[in-house]
Amino acid sequence: MTPGAVLRRTGYVAFMAAVLAFFAVPMLWLASAPFDSNPGLGLRWPDWTLDNIGKTFAHPYALGSLLNSLVLCVVATAATTAFATLAAYALSRVRIPGRDALLYVLLLLSSVVTGTAAMVPIFVLMFQLGLINSQYATGLVIAGGLLPAAIFILKDFVDSVPRSYEESARVFGASPTQVLTHVVLPVARPGIATILVWAFVQAWGNFLLPFLLLRDVEAQPAAVLLRTLKDEGGSANLTVIPVFSLLYAIPVVALYLFVSKRYGFRFHGGIKA
Amino acid sequence: MVSPPQETPQRRREGARDTAGLGVARAIGFVTPAMLLIGIFLVFPALWTIYIGLTDYELTGAKSISPRFVGLANFLEALDDDLFTNALWLTVVFVLGSAVIGQNLLGFTLAWLLRSARPLVRRLVEALVLLSWILPSVVVAYLWIALLDRDGGTLGALLGSPGTAWLVEYPMLSLIVFNTWRGTAFSMMLYSSALAAVPPSQLETARSVGASGWQTVRDVVFPHIRGHVLTNTLLISLWTANDFTPFLLTAGGPNHQSETLPIFIYQQAIAGGRLGYAAAISFLLLLVNLVVALLYLGLLRRRS
Repeated sequence: MTPGAVLRRTGYVAFMAAVLAFFAVPMLWLASAPFDSNPGLGLRWPDWTLDNIGKTFAHPYALGSLLNSLVLCVVATAATTAFATLAAYALSRVRIPGRDALLYVLLLLSSVVTGTAAMVPIFVLMFQLGLINSQYATGLVIAGGLLPAAIFILKDFVDSVPRSYEESARVFGASPTQVLTHVVLPVARPGIATILVWAFVQAWGNFLLPFLLLRDVEAQPAAVLLRTLKDEGGSANLTVIPVFSLLYAIPVVALYLFVSKRYGFRFHGGIKA
Repeated sequence: MVSPPQETPQRRREGARDTAGLGVARAIGFVTPAMLLIGIFLVFPALWTIYIGLTDYELTGAKSISPRFVGLANFLEALDDDLFTNALWLTVVFVLGSAVIGQNLLGFTLAWLLRSARPLVRRLVEALVLLSWILPSVVVAYLWIALLDRDGGTLGALLGSPGTAWLVEYPMLSLIVFNTWRGTAFSMMLYSSALAAVPPSQLETARSVGASGWQTVRDVVFPHIRGHVLTNTLLISLWTANDFTPFLLTAGGPNHQSETLPIFIYQQAIAGGRLGYAAAISFLLLLVNLVVALLYLGLLRRRS
């Protein structure tokens, strides 16, 4: 190798090592602090223990908030997936008057009306309707924000499903309902599953809307509780926070792994809240 | 935001053929529930912001019961409000530093270098970068609070100089580095797929005439991915400008030094109770979002 090549190679290795360190070092805390007998903010080789897990479960609101997260996610995910599937199918197969304009507006809405830009009117709306602290209503608000992108991705997916299946079924005398439940739904399942997981992950990680709309600690999901975990003295409760962070993050990572293993990590032009 | 599908001529011809025999009436019935939710929780709030922004509506007190119509007073006040100009400026700095420069450059560099990396290295880097993107924001905030803490923080220990409270002394710099870490995955994936479309023969030619890496990127690769660079920059800028995660790290402090627009809106509306004023600022943010989104869709349409 020429000196220049050696230099370039060294630079390359150094850069890659720096990138790996940059991305890995912040995460190491999540692997060490939950299992340290005296967890702090700094990173160190833990004095291994599982006591923190017991203490976390003993926290009066920890388990309840995870259940609240589940309720919120089920409402948001069910509404998003069901309504987006229906809408995507209809928009894909039937030329409803004004369809193209509607699709364009949906595409705009999916990025223009963000949670931060709409937090004031959404808060005022729920406040005036007396729906502050309602988990179901908050779930529906989240679903409203996810639906435009969900419809778009699913419509793209349904567009790529061959119409010949439905035509054959029709030829053999199937009713529209039968065609939908026995032909379209099974074929579209990977697309629907992707939306299901995506909506769940988005709702699970959403902080702003539940933070605004669920003021009562009994109704708050894990995202909001984690933010407010304090010990008796008012400082951050470092026994509970690391374990709880881990518990709260695991479903998200597990679902991503599941989807990428089952359906491949498809890159839908990137979907994010 | 999602990119619209590429309409192939064949797909257009297949278009909307009602193969299941649904009929227009039933199709409208299928679309209605979704449109109701979108209408109530997305379109109506966006339009209502305009009206609230023209009143002196407040969370508590007399003005919460009978708000008055004040015309453009809120917007005029914003012009004179040092905190608002401060928030606007910090948002521009945040977007330029972490999205336009940070995520864009690191994302492209990673996509470019990982093509020739060993499979193990590539998978490891990609997994870590993706993980930093998918972890919930509250968890990520704690990770960075732990990293940057004054007393026991990992960064202080690594640099051998504990005692620097990064989030207090350099709040914006910390947020910019944080958001680069947080969001690079999107740019990396987008540029990876864009680079896959650059004809290998042209790269081969560049190498055979002895072009350096930088020359190849500038003269061969860039012309192919220019459109992607533009659309990517627009999207990540939009997301970054609307990102509420900085609130979880610094809550806008110390003394408004990291109060970007989303945090400013929150502080005015919820903490300060000034819903009318905050709605007027929200409307400005919505307007900027709309302009960026229209630009983005226009670019996509021209490309296809």
